[in-house]
Amino acid sequence: MTSIEAQVLQPYKYGFVTDIESDNVPAGLNEDIIRVISAKKREPAFMLEWRLKAFRHWVTMKEPTWANVKYPPIDYQTIVYYAAPRQAKSLDSLEQVDPKLIETFEKLGIPLAEQKRLSGVAVDAVFDSVSVATTFKATLAQQGIIFCPFSEAVRDHPDLIERYLGTVVPTNDNFFAALNSAVFTDGSFAYIPKGVRCPLELSTYFRINAAASGQFERTLIIADEGSYVSYLEGCSAPMRDANQLHAAVVELVALDDAQIKYSTVQNWYPGDTEGRGGIYNFVTKRGKCAGRNSKISWTQVETGSAITWKYPGCLLQGDNSIGEFYSVAVTNNRQQADTGTKMIHIGKNTRSTIVSKGISAGHGQNTYRGQVTILKGATGARNYSQCDSMLIGDQCGAHTFPYIDVRNSTATMEHEASTSKIGEDQIFYCRQRGLSAEDATSMIVNGFCKEVFRELPMEFAVEAQRLLGISLEGSVG
Amino acid sequence: MTAVTGTPMLEITNLHASVEGKEILRGIDLVVNAGEVHAIMGPNGSGKSTLAQVLAGHPAYTVTGGSIRYEGKDLLELDPEERAREGVFLAFQYPVAIRGITNAYFLRSALNAVRKHRGLPELDPLEFLDLLAEKLRSIESDDSLMNRPVNDGFSGGEKKRNEILQMAVLEPKLAILDETDSGLDIDALRTVAGAVDKLRRPDNATVVVTHYQRILNYITPDFVHVLSAGRIVLSGGKELALELEARGYDWVHAEAAV
Repeated sequence: MTSIEAQVLQPYKYGFVTDIESDNVPAGLNEDIIRVISAKKREPAFMLEWRLKAFRHWVTMKEPTWANVKYPPIDYQTIVYYAAPRQAKSLDSLEQVDPKLIETFEKLGIPLAEQKRLSGVAVDAVFDSVSVATTFKATLAQQGIIFCPFSEAVRDHPDLIERYLGTVVPTNDNFFAALNSAVFTDGSFAYIPKGVRCPLELSTYFRINAAASGQFERTLIIADEGSYVSYLEGCSAPMRDANQLHAAVVELVALDDAQIKYSTVQNWYPGDTEGRGGIYNFVTKRGKCAGRNSKISWTQVETGSAITWKYPGCLLQGDNSIGEFYSVAVTNNRQQADTGTKMIHIGKNTRSTIVSKGISAGHGQNTYRGQVTILKGATGARNYSQCDSMLIGDQCGAHTFPYIDVRNSTATMEHEASTSKIGEDQIFYCRQRGLSAEDATSMIVNGFCKEVFRELPMEFAVEAQRLLGISLEGSVG
Repeated sequence: MTAVTGTPMLEITNLHASVEGKEILRGIDLVVNAGEVHAIMGPNGSGKSTLAQVLAGHPAYTVTGGSIRYEGKDLLELDPEERAREGVFLAFQYPVAIRGITNAYFLRSALNAVRKHRGLPELDPLEFLDLLAEKLRSIESDDSLMNRPVNDGFSGGEKKRNEILQMAVLEPKLAILDETDSGLDIDALRTVAGAVDKLRRPDNATVVVTHYQRILNYITPDFVHVLSAGRIVLSGGKELALELEARGYDWVHAEAAV
């Protein structure tokens, strides 16, 4: 028992603050702030227009209230919309990055040194509002792959940005997406040319550091015909008493025969055991299978954030295209998660698979919300949904809201759902074989999540299992 | 029971235990020495399974009186996992399923927890497979269960076979079999009970909790005890089991009541 207590008291490991001088704009949001952000980023005129259009729409919108989460009203005028570590204007190599930043990412276990080739991962590191380093750019460029900070892509590849930005998540899609479109500051951009299989895992690591700042990043990944890319996303934030808003948008576009695999291990600061502080993670992620035989796979492991509101989905437009969603969402203490997916079947013979695992412990509230829509033209469409919830303790909750809308009679839909409780008998069985209660819990939970973990790239799967262990420490016993 | 020189492996004295406030065990006395096989028999509801669970330390059962000494230590002071690591093994009547975890992984984790406690090096997956192959041979079993999730979708016979396989690998000093024969057809019973018999050694002991005599055809007990209303009301040799089989339990109650 004492070892369990000791582990409960173990603080959030990534909660440190980096002491670095920051270039902030004043708090609050209006058209002038947007102009300042756009100017700081030296953006072309079309980008500023796009932002302003989004902002003008946003002011007419209302924050959504349908999610099964509770939080006090957010005052959008107290948020700082741009915070950047002060550093040399443009960076030609990693040597020019502030050592404090390199150190921060090393503390987080993110290698930014290019000689660490063995890890096989190209990293774009985003600190507060800006990308501070992107590794392996040159190696990737040899194959025509573009992997760079979003703001750089806006300047260097405006044609691609203008052509694809907002085509999957339009500026007026929802309240948080509109806000993001108006104020987003950076993020990652990747373009994989025709027929290229990206040789490295591309990865972005997001770090919120500045107090009172929001983080609004934008990611756009385009996989041209016949290409393949696997992309990883990680994140963390310091422990602060005030809640911080993170409203990101991710857009994926897969053309004919292209494949995108997008994996997330989300570990934003979840707040303390009483629910003070923590990140509001209000994120819009969507992929468009624009081409025939294309495939987009979302895999997410959500252990952090005070509140999670996200539904990574797929628009299955190309005939025979495939959408997948594999998710593990953990809520412990006072965390709330309302997460799931949207699969919109538009093309013929489109297929989607949804595997959702929700784990609730402490006073956590975990909601799965999923929408499967089969449109008229989607002849032969198929969906398989599996939605499992696990409860640890008797103060937590699990909720499931599946929405199904079928407008083509040739469609095949399967939905399975289960709720289980980690039973005393299960734990006792393991203990009787010599395993500690903590090891038993971690084993049972990992077994429960196995179908999702095996979709993760190897290094990430190990990270995810470890994270899950930490998130649930002390929830049994 | 005849006293044997040295400390008994297990010494239960005037044990009282209850579950959800209801007293089930009302003064059990039992001594088990290394090398012995004891059968605990009795009708349904007499407290047989409760005794097994209390020995293993199930948190739902509360010991309200008496003592249990195991190898001279106070067993009741130990957590369930500490008892397991010290060599107490319970073959469950209803083994639970663990989805997504293979039997091989589960068993290796358990074995390594036990080995660590005993100061032995932990086994890597390859070393474990070697050891497993040897254990499977010793009980004339195969590895067909090893890559399936723990007890998930197992038949009744497979579950019981799996319990005994775990017992073979973990090499307990004191094995408690809780109605291991229940739900087994005659062929499965022969396989499972035969495996238990092969694991008998002079330095370990087995307590067989059972309703029926038939498992004792394969595992010959040194002592048979009859449990009734939470007490041992009659003890004897292996012939007592046959008598119970022929006459039922009612006459024992009648004699005990005298």
